[in-house]
Amino acid sequence: MSYLIVFLVFGSFLTAVAGMLASWVDRKVTARVQYRVGPPLLQPFIDLVKLSGKELLIPQTAARTTFLLAPVMGLSSVILVSTLLWMNDLNFGQTFLGDLIAVIYLLMIPSISIMMGGFASGNPLASLGASREMKLVLSYELPFVLAVMVAVIKSGYAIRISDILMFQARHGAIIGSLSGFLAFLVVIFCVQAKLGLVPFDMPEAETEIVSGPLIEYSGPALGIYKLMKNMLLFVLPFFVMVLFLGGWPFNGVSGFWGLLKYIGLVALITVIRNTNARLRIDQAMRFFWGTLTGLAVIAILLAFMGK
Amino acid sequence: MQALLKSPWIFHMSTGSCNNCDIEFLDCLTPRFDVERFGMLLAGSIKHADILLVTGAATRQCIPKIKRVYEQMPKPCFVVAIGECSLSRGLYIQSYNCPMPVDKIIPVDVYIPGCPPKPEAIIAGIMKLIDKAEEQMKQNG
Repeated sequence: MSYLIVFLVFGSFLTAVAGMLASWVDRKVTARVQYRVGPPLLQPFIDLVKLSGKELLIPQTAARTTFLLAPVMGLSSVILVSTLLWMNDLNFGQTFLGDLIAVIYLLMIPSISIMMGGFASGNPLASLGASREMKLVLSYELPFVLAVMVAVIKSGYAIRISDILMFQARHGAIIGSLSGFLAFLVVIFCVQAKLGLVPFDMPEAETEIVSGPLIEYSGPALGIYKLMKNMLLFVLPFFVMVLFLGGWPFNGVSGFWGLLKYIGLVALITVIRNTNARLRIDQAMRFFWGTLTGLAVIAILLAFMGK
Repeated sequence: MQALLKSPWIFHMSTGSCNNCDIEFLDCLTPRFDVERFGMLLAGSIKHADILLVTGAATRQCIPKIKRVYEQMPKPCFVVAIGECSLSRGLYIQSYNCPMPVDKIIPVDVYIPGCPPKPEAIIAGIMKLIDKAEEQMKQNG
C-alpha cells in the first residue's frame, strides 16, 4: 500500500514536476552562461502540453508497435527507479534486499528504449544514433557499476539502498573518504553520459544527425521522451545523492541542505555541459574504458583498504 | 493550441536561397536577439517543428520537396515565408527556374519582406503570427 502511495505521489507526480523544474534550471543556466535571457519558468510544462496536443505521425517503414511502446517503456522504468529511491529516502528499511541492483538495471532501460525507438523508426539517421547510443551504453556501464561498487564496499557490503543511507547517517557521507570522492567523480561523468548531455551527446547530435533516434518521433511520443529525459534529470542526481552524499533527509534544515546539494549537482552537470565540446564516439569509449575505469578500479582498491 | 503559441519550435528550410536570409535568421538565435525568451527552439527534425520558415525562391527542384516537408510537419502548424525571394521571387521573377512563389505551393501564414530582412523584423513577424493566431482562437471561441 505504501508502495502505491509513494509510486503515485512521489515517484510519478513529484518527480515529473521536479524534473521539469530541473530542466528549466538547466536551460536558464545555459542561457545565462551565454549572456542570454533564457526561457520563462513554465517553459518545460508548456512544451509538454504542446507536444501532447500535436499530431502523432508514424513512418511507413517503422515497426508500429515497437515504435509506440519504446517511449512508454523508458518512462515507466524511470518512474520505477524514482519510486524505489523515494521509498528508501523517506522511510528506511522498507524495501527489499538487493534493490540497488534493480535500480542499476532499471536505469539502463531508458537508454535501451531510445535504442529500440531509433531502430524501430526505420530512418537511417535514427539507426546511426541508436548504434552510437549502444556503444555509449557499453562504454559507461562498466565504470558506473564499478563506482557504485565503491559505495557498496564502503557501507559494509550493503546492497540495499536504505542500508547505504543508514551507514551514511551514522558515519558521514561516502564522498568524505578518498575512494568515495574518486567514485563520485567517475559517477558524475557517467551521469552526464546517461543524460545524453554535451560532452557525450553524440547519439542525439542535433547538428550532425538531427537528434538521432528521436528524429521520427512527433507529438505525444516525443513528449513522453522529453518527460523521460526531464525525469532522468531529477532521478540521476538524486541517485548520486543517495549513494555518495547521504541522501535527502526531509526534516527541517537538512531538507533545505538536501535541496542545496541537489541544485549544486544540477548546476555542476550544466556547467560541464556548457564548457565542453562534443566528443567522437571512439574518444568517449577510450575515455570511459581507459581513464574512468582506471579511476574506478583505484577507488575500489582504496575502498578495500578502508581509505 | 494556446501552448503551441508559447513554445513554437522552428524548422528552417532553404528552397534555393542565396543564404543571406538564412544567416539573418540564425542571428535570431544568438545572445543579442535570443528567441528562447519566447520559448522558440530550433528543431533539428521537421517532425518536432511547429513553424516552418521558408527562405528562397522555390526552384523547380525544390517544389516537390517543399510539399513533402510541409506534409511531414505534424499539424497544427504554421508557415512563415522570409525574404523577398520566397514572397514574390524577387530578382528571379523572370527566371525559367522559379515558376511560382512559395504561397502558390503551400499555405503561408506570415510574410516577412526584406532582402534580407533584419533579425528584428523576423522576430516581429513571428510575434505578429502569434497575435493573429490568438485573435483567431478568440473568434472561434
